[in-house]
Amino acid sequence: MSYAKELIPPRAPPALIDKPLAPARIAGIVVLVVWAALAIALAFMMINGWNEDKFLRYGPRYLHGLWTTISLVGLAVVLGAVLSAPIAFARMSRNEALNAIAYAYVYVFRSTPLLAQLFLIYYGLGSFRPQLESVGLWWFFREAWYCGLFSLTLNTAAYQAEILRGAIESVPRGQHEGAAALGLSKRNAFRKVILPQALIVALRPYGNEIVLLIKGSAVVAIVTVYDLMGETRYAFSRTFDYQSYLWAAIFYLAIVEALRHLWAFIEARLTRHLKR
Amino acid sequence: MSGFFSALFSVLDPLCGPVGLFSLFGSGSIVACGEAGWGDEIAFGVKVTITLALATLPVGLIIGFLIALAAQSEDKLLRLAAGIYTTIFRGLPELLTLFIVYYGLQILIQAVLASFGYAGRVEINAFIAGMAALAVVFSSYSSEVMLSAFRAIPRGQYEAGDALGLHRSRTMLLVILPQLIRIALPGLTNLWLILLKDTSYVSVIGLADILRQTGIAARVSKEAFFFYGIACLLYLILAMISSVGLGFVERWAKRSEGHR
Repeated sequence: MSYAKELIPPRAPPALIDKPLAPARIAGIVVLVVWAALAIALAFMMINGWNEDKFLRYGPRYLHGLWTTISLVGLAVVLGAVLSAPIAFARMSRNEALNAIAYAYVYVFRSTPLLAQLFLIYYGLGSFRPQLESVGLWWFFREAWYCGLFSLTLNTAAYQAEILRGAIESVPRGQHEGAAALGLSKRNAFRKVILPQALIVALRPYGNEIVLLIKGSAVVAIVTVYDLMGETRYAFSRTFDYQSYLWAAIFYLAIVEALRHLWAFIEARLTRHLKR
Repeated sequence: MSGFFSALFSVLDPLCGPVGLFSLFGSGSIVACGEAGWGDEIAFGVKVTITLALATLPVGLIIGFLIALAAQSEDKLLRLAAGIYTTIFRGLPELLTLFIVYYGLQILIQAVLASFGYAGRVEINAFIAGMAALAVVFSSYSSEVMLSAFRAIPRGQYEAGDALGLHRSRTMLLVILPQLIRIALPGLTNLWLILLKDTSYVSVIGLADILRQTGIAARVSKEAFFFYGIACLLYLILAMISSVGLGFVERWAKRSEGHR
């Protein structure tokens, strides 16, 4: 029998070959330099154009606009969720007529621009002033803020109905049958078995929908609501200072990113029993 | 604007052509074509909207593809650079992006011209600004769609391309891209419909699209509900036509998958 009498002595690892500068790295560096230059230009513009007077005049207005945006979106999301439930159930019902109506609602509101819907409600319903006054609804449709809230709510209800329907239909049949086998009533089965599973599926799309709504809510500025975008346009029209748009961009980015991270945290927390 | 599309539209104009909607049903009313009504103005708006969306699409797709390539590269810096782009432009409202691009381009061009000694005022074309802003937004979303499509293509496909002796660019063009398109198509279909709706924002910076033309008609004729209703209807019809057309494209893209 033969066996190795001496081991191969330990050797130094192969020398690292200096990789030539790959085109990908060059492109990455170039683009990052461009980003850095833009960031520096932005900072320079803000420091250079700093104006105590403007800050004191428009700063509080921006904060007020921020609050308007947040309250508008918050209310629209909640009201839209309330409105979306019956639409989602109509969409899932066996009743053909109900189904068709719900489908038409969702289709129309998802395939027309929010801006056109808003104009239709704010300016369009304005031409029915006598009728609206006789029903006593004119106070609602006279105010741009209410019209903005109304159109955002209708719009998000269509999207949320689809999210809810998709989530409920994603729960497998076996769950319904299992609940029936346990003797749970339809109502209880839905509340305790189906809905919790569906809402976890719906969590991520809901987060996306809120982000889309925050971005979409900027259109209410066009119909003279002083939300964040509206205040920005006001400030720009007074000062012709390009910075006003950059400040708005910073605010919007901050809200959206904060919400995205918050949502990721909530999702991780709520689905921790599903992790392996 | 593109001469080809305008020529095509004048022959087959679905609104104000020989067999157009407005000329058949709207003659003598407020939406008649010509001097009497608003039909031809609105038809022009439809053309602008479609042209803008069609002009934005290839630009957005190409930029989006490049961003997706950057986002899936092995180089950390390149990934970071692409990440910054998508984070910024997916987080900003489209309307704000439009204003930033519109006024930003103006200021930029003015500054460049001023350094050459020209001190006049520069007004940039609303169509170009709208196209740039929409392309930026579209590309940041489409890059995400294409990135997930890239991730769905197994490594073996690249290796097989290498084994066949194909150059990297040939592998990309002949092996990866056809699969990428097929996987990304449903996502891109959604993005096209969103793009079609987003074109309505350019009415704010004064481009004569559907919403602006109907808005002018509404203000002059005091029939706001009617005209904005027409605007919504036109967008709805455009979306329906797109989804039918894209259905054909999707079937065409799937023809090589065979029947299973």
